[in-house]
Amino acid sequence: MTSLLKNSELSIEKADKIVSETLNSCDDGELYIEDTKSETIVLDDNKIKSSNYTSDLGYGFRAVTGDTVAYSHSNEISEKSLKNSSDNLKSTLKNNSGTYNSEIKKTNQKLYKDIDPIESKSMKSKIELLNNMNEYARSKDSSVKQVTASLLAEKKNIEIIRSGGELLSDNRPLVRINMSVMVEKNGRKETGVYGIGGRQDYDEYLKNDNWKKVCDEAFRIANTNIESKPSPAGEMKVVLGPGWPAILIHEAVGHGLEGDFNRKKTSAFHDLVGKKVASKGVTIIDDGTIDNRRGSLNIDDEGTPTERTVLIEDGILKNFMQDRLNARLMNTKSTGNGRRESYKHVVMPRMRNTIMLGGTNTQEQMIKSVDKGIFAVSFGGGQVDITSGKFVFNCTEAYEIINGKVGAPIKGATLIGDGPSSLKEILMVGNDMMLDPGIGTCGKAGQGVPVGVGQPSLLINNMTVGGTQL
Amino acid sequence: MIKDQDYLKKIADICLSKSKKLGSTDASILVQSSVSENINVRNKKLDGSERSENLGVVLTTYLGKKKSSIASSNLKESNLKELVDRCIETMKITPEDEYNSLPDKDLHFSGLKDLDLYDETHLSNEDKINYIKEAEDEAFSNNKIVNTNGSGFGENKSNFLLANSNGFSDGYKTSQFTAYCEVVSKSNGSMERDYEYTSKRFYNDILKPKELGSIAADHAVKKLNPKKIKSEKISLIFDKRISKNFLSIFASAISSSAIAKGTTFLKDKLNQKVFNTEININDRGDIKKANGSRYFDSEGIGIINLDLIKNGILQDYLIDTYNGKKINRKSNGRASGTTNLYFENGSKTFSELIKSEKKLLYIKETIGHGTNIINGDYSVGASGIMIENGEFSYPVSEITIAGNLNNIFQNITLADDLEFNYSTNSPTMHVEGMIVGGK
Repeated sequence: MTSLLKNSELSIEKADKIVSETLNSCDDGELYIEDTKSETIVLDDNKIKSSNYTSDLGYGFRAVTGDTVAYSHSNEISEKSLKNSSDNLKSTLKNNSGTYNSEIKKTNQKLYKDIDPIESKSMKSKIELLNNMNEYARSKDSSVKQVTASLLAEKKNIEIIRSGGELLSDNRPLVRINMSVMVEKNGRKETGVYGIGGRQDYDEYLKNDNWKKVCDEAFRIANTNIESKPSPAGEMKVVLGPGWPAILIHEAVGHGLEGDFNRKKTSAFHDLVGKKVASKGVTIIDDGTIDNRRGSLNIDDEGTPTERTVLIEDGILKNFMQDRLNARLMNTKSTGNGRRESYKHVVMPRMRNTIMLGGTNTQEQMIKSVDKGIFAVSFGGGQVDITSGKFVFNCTEAYEIINGKVGAPIKGATLIGDGPSSLKEILMVGNDMMLDPGIGTCGKAGQGVPVGVGQPSLLINNMTVGGTQL
Repeated sequence: MIKDQDYLKKIADICLSKSKKLGSTDASILVQSSVSENINVRNKKLDGSERSENLGVVLTTYLGKKKSSIASSNLKESNLKELVDRCIETMKITPEDEYNSLPDKDLHFSGLKDLDLYDETHLSNEDKINYIKEAEDEAFSNNKIVNTNGSGFGENKSNFLLANSNGFSDGYKTSQFTAYCEVVSKSNGSMERDYEYTSKRFYNDILKPKELGSIAADHAVKKLNPKKIKSEKISLIFDKRISKNFLSIFASAISSSAIAKGTTFLKDKLNQKVFNTEININDRGDIKKANGSRYFDSEGIGIINLDLIKNGILQDYLIDTYNGKKINRKSNGRASGTTNLYFENGSKTFSELIKSEKKLLYIKETIGHGTNIINGDYSVGASGIMIENGEFSYPVSEITIAGNLNNIFQNITLADDLEFNYSTNSPTMHVEGMIVGGK
């Protein structure tokens, strides 16, 4: 019945036998097989710069006992190779013995279609689209000096074989359309970047000339930044726009609520379950079940169905995000957050779509209430130090707020804060909850996985803004 | 076991001959094999082991000025042929790009391979575990260290073959031994983490486990109970593990791809003063046993040494074949980026540097991605230690540091403590007058 082993030298029966025999004396583990096809086409400097197609097939064999994980992966799919891996796992775990937990929840969840987004659009029409995007963006203004546009599509099919022969599978499509525009005016250069995507065919995202909106937005951001003035430095009030700025939530609290850091007691949140960690009215969830979203999965990379996990409810810390290993060691259940970048990587608790739910205030109310502060509309990357709780992120579009009014755009500001305390500094939660456009990739321990974020507009009482203007 | 050159060559030949048969005018191929074994230990107990075997191929085919690439880890002959087919089909409908071509034949590497880049030492898992446990033991001997985030030891061996239809075919083995120790310190309600890291081609060159553990512990303890300071303009000292980042930024700003597109603040700065006259930056690929050393780049072009900055003046870019053509320059073997990139030593000692002003902020860590190569704006989160009258006084955190790289580069003074620990290396660095964002 398995399709991924179909053309290999390894039969499903042999694989089953080796898996069961290896994992019988362990607490947990599985054979994870992955077949990924991906295609990237980049237009840069007026030319199709590259078209790359990648086909990757391999397995990762994992055995877990107590808190020790043995992992062996290879892209040679054969009985000999799998036996070598099995020997390797056994030698790591030789002094430990466990009881295999064969319990795993079943699901019929179908959050996206089993499609191949690479094949469903011809190469010719993809090249034509990139050329159109390039021409359209350049035609917007003579100040547009450089354009980079790219199309990325992936079809990742996974299979998980557990001890006892249980087989779980998921077929995951993913696309992303990106645009970067550089504008040069009066000797200044600024860029604007925008993108869209998710787990549907390209055409779903290209309806109604939607690609033009992607170009418009990238140009608008670059053009805004050309007029920007130096950012102020120091502590002040910050209004965050809805949608993508929720990477603040992802960095400030998301990572700190992942099971591994809390099991190891290295997260600033590890002893705060049941306690107030955020202002009243703040509810944060991690949801793997939203149709077609970039961070959604039918099952996670251990085979557990994803779910909507409430992390913080009305300010109170409720749950951590768990994979099977950390859940077992913390006497709880996996929340379906066990993820890995590929068969080459070990499973860790990772976020899916991390969202702060909407409140009652309007963005206008927030801005009106600020005498001196900044209004941050879009961000580049962020980063967090789990242990100290400090996080940063970089504004790619922000404005000063003076006396309750949005003023001039400011450039290159970095915001830095302390995760646990900044959540308590939230003064207003907006009624305009929005999800991001489907572009996020989260990095942890060298592994990147697609994620989503969402939030309403927020007013934060006090954050440190890093600029050059004292 | 990593595959030998004969095995890699066989795969390369299958792909090259198949693509020629299907009508490509040129082709290049990279076949790689690697085996890595990693051990993770946490709180002196085995946390995990990981063994990975990787085999992969990247093929680029040309039809005149048309080009397309495929990559795969599935090296079954039937699959390879299918992929070459696909690559050729895509190539045919991809528009021409006048700059596409194989590299200049005359620049192909041909010479001795005598840099000592491979150490065949193999450590058993037991040996790896013992090394890293000894490091953690040492860290825990500091009574403020209460936990670890995990420490690890990795051994990586790889072999590759690069070949093209112009007759280039060469490859070699490399090795890398890596160990890190990341610990958590705690005192008076403050919890901090920090690390030390060592990575060398030869096992005998990495830090001894006791040094690794004690340095990591020392870093983490020195961060405890930090203060936040007021926003101000102040001179900064960058620790060596941070100062080298400015070299990486510099390297991306002088890559021929950024120069050709105009997306760098160092465009049109060739032969101009980019740093102050005290500063020299070199990129040398021929240092024996060094992490960044290589014989040729990813196109097969031999590495030449570059004096990128001489007395503050920009002498050269980092050039590959494609972007070189756009700016009318020959490749200097930097299609894979820099090799061993470093600032030459300055004239001051570390102690002179930290005594050079009454009050200085010593930066030990930066977080965030706040570097804009296009206009040189720099703004990152940071933590470090305040220096008053030449003495380290108290840790500082939750601040930002900001400036523009055009100014930062002109205001650098370097100490004389350069060491070749990584592939990019810098002495301790003093930068005058940057803006710190705090309270």
